[in-house]
Amino acid sequence: MDDPLLLARIQFAANISFHILFPTITIALGWVLLFFKLRFNRTGNAAWMDAYKFWVKIFALSFALGVVSGITMSFQFGTNWPGFMNTVGNIAGPLLAYEILTAFFLEAGFLGIMLFGWNRVSNRVHTLATVLVAVGTTISAFWILVLNSWMQTPAGFEMRDGVAHATDWWAIVFNPSMPYRLTHMLLASGLTAAFLVAGISAFHWLRRDRSPGVMAGLRTGVFLAAALIPVQIFVGDMHGLNTLEHQPAKIAAMEGIWETRKGAPMVVFGLPDEATKSNRFEIAIPNIASFYLTHDWQGEVRGLNSFEHRPPVAPVFFAFRIMVGIGLLMLATSWLAAWQLHRSGEVHRHVARVLVAMTFAGWIATLSGWYVTEIGRQPWLVTGILTAKQAASGVAAPMIASTLIGYLLVYAGLLAAYVATIFYLARKSAAPADHSPAEPVRAGGATAAGKAVAAAL
Amino acid sequence: MMDLTPATWLPVAFAGLMGLAVLLYVVLDGYDLGVGILSGAAQGEHRDRMIASIGPFWDANETWLVLAVGLLLVAFPQAHGAILGELYLPVAGLLLGLILRGVAFEFRAKSAVGHKVWWDRAFVAGSTLAALMQGYMLGLYIVGFERTAANVSFALLTALCLVAGYAFLGATWLIMKTEGELQRRAVAWARGTLVLSGIGMAAVSIVTPLVSERIWDSWFSLPNFVLLAPVPLVTAALFGALGVVLRHLPARSDRFCWLPFVGAVGIFMLGFHGLAYSFFPYIVPDKLTVWQAAAAPESLMIIFVGALVVLPIIVAYSAFAYRIFWGKATDLRYY
Repeated sequence: MDDPLLLARIQFAANISFHILFPTITIALGWVLLFFKLRFNRTGNAAWMDAYKFWVKIFALSFALGVVSGITMSFQFGTNWPGFMNTVGNIAGPLLAYEILTAFFLEAGFLGIMLFGWNRVSNRVHTLATVLVAVGTTISAFWILVLNSWMQTPAGFEMRDGVAHATDWWAIVFNPSMPYRLTHMLLASGLTAAFLVAGISAFHWLRRDRSPGVMAGLRTGVFLAAALIPVQIFVGDMHGLNTLEHQPAKIAAMEGIWETRKGAPMVVFGLPDEATKSNRFEIAIPNIASFYLTHDWQGEVRGLNSFEHRPPVAPVFFAFRIMVGIGLLMLATSWLAAWQLHRSGEVHRHVARVLVAMTFAGWIATLSGWYVTEIGRQPWLVTGILTAKQAASGVAAPMIASTLIGYLLVYAGLLAAYVATIFYLARKSAAPADHSPAEPVRAGGATAAGKAVAAAL
Repeated sequence: MMDLTPATWLPVAFAGLMGLAVLLYVVLDGYDLGVGILSGAAQGEHRDRMIASIGPFWDANETWLVLAVGLLLVAFPQAHGAILGELYLPVAGLLLGLILRGVAFEFRAKSAVGHKVWWDRAFVAGSTLAALMQGYMLGLYIVGFERTAANVSFALLTALCLVAGYAFLGATWLIMKTEGELQRRAVAWARGTLVLSGIGMAAVSIVTPLVSERIWDSWFSLPNFVLLAPVPLVTAALFGALGVVLRHLPARSDRFCWLPFVGAVGIFMLGFHGLAYSFFPYIVPDKLTVWQAAAAPESLMIIFVGALVVLPIIVAYSAFAYRIFWGKATDLRYY
């Protein structure tokens, strides 16, 4: 472990992976909170306010973790990848600046009012603060997805003396992959928040807390998930076709297709082997990949071996399968739960347990998706312009290694504390004095893990 | 006389914007870091009330740091890499501190009772570590990142004094935002930290011109010496006045409880402007000027126009938020 480039990569990946967990929740949870608030404003039903009060705490906690890990990111752009800003700073700079100016201040400025201003402002101003926080998180997602998409599919620039200069800001912002990636990410955030809300509400429910506030949360989470998942599958497919057009090597890695061929099979499972340039233990269904990639059973799909630059195959291949697998699981679970809720107003105990187990399923799917697209972009940092190697800094390996260990320890501790605290809040609010004491209920792996973590802290 | 093209004035404008962001960060996060440092000396209800006084603000306060570092990154990319590369380890320490205190703020209010004490410790430790690292970085920046024994000792002194300075700012904030016993304690804290803050200020003022001939000349040649004399004189007068005021606080009917905070902010502003005057036009001391480090003018222009439109709006709604939570801090309750 004395390769500074590899260490810088791991460190940046660790930070950005940790960071993205929290915006993924807050982007959509902000809108869910607004939904609760608006339902309360309209119906006057206290259940909606109970749901708001519970979830705003989790929002605040997630937001704080997002802010502090985001500050880390703003420093590491320069310390880990100085070549990035030196080469494409003229394009990345304004996008990042606009994110800070139009999103970060808006979120942070109104969060205080949203959290603590309840007694000090009118209901209307409080609702407005909730709106502005939700808008802020979404604007933030917009700018950072614009930048990320531009790094994947650059447009609207020219190179002068090895430095990118903007020629058309419209083309930069609306670069080829941006609309797909942004939609895909916003839906991912929606699903992550939906499963979080559904999972924690199901946890309450299993502990015999079936108050109107909990049921409002459960219904909101389940129905939101059931509505978003088919849209996500559709948008994911379109995003894939867009990637096929602009980054075919990434698609080849996702599919595990080494040789260019007509009627390419869908590889369900295999162990991609870089040495032999083939898959071991491959299980494949003939012609399917050609069909969904080219909409022709005999369509030609380019294989990995035909590309000069190609990403490491195994991580992309497996991350893609994890993401798709969770997506399908989400489809089955949310539709089953939605059908039960619709029919009887309740969910079956086993379904509730599955929901609890899937509380953080959105995180795993989102991270997997990001690994697919970011590792799939390698060796490029900015496609066709700059490789990660060229952008790396001269910081010595031991310095990166020591700080990396520090970050990893802190992040692991914080993640454990975060999950434990959410379940603690759920248990605490589930046992107020006027409720009958909850019977001990076994509630799936996630709960057991949450308790173990809580006990360890 | 230079031509006034975008390539000449934009870097200066961005240096100004960045300076504004740094100054706002130092003053705003300064008081809430200071309250964090001081919370280590308080218990129970007092500690809760102290933390409640910064609750609605700390997120937004830290956003000014993101803007300052963001502007450094986007407007002066070369300087961002150079400065933060030199300060790699203290930056990591600063981030660790900010992470700890930021999350402790939320966790302490939400975790089980038995864990609260640990998050309180993390809050104090994180706040102190962040202030120490900022002071250490300031010291290293002033001496041009050369790590001789004397320079490192100087940086350690600035680290210690910035902790005192932030604690002083935090104490004056608490004098303004609290009452009763806690306010009396805050006055005592302010008296205690005033001297150390003054020592730090004096040390920085003496060392800065000694490090660089250029800075020496810019202060001590005529007529600059006469024109600039008010800066140290007013600063010294403010220290003296604050010492007097603090002896008479808390006053009856709580008049003038805001005075120490305003005075403390004044000292930080004067100190900041003194440093800015010393180092301009260099962004990496004596190595890289704002013009040499600047990004392309057309990209800067895009940001500049946006900043001109958006910054006044940000200032307006920040002021609105402060007005909503005006007056003495009450218990922090989500509802």
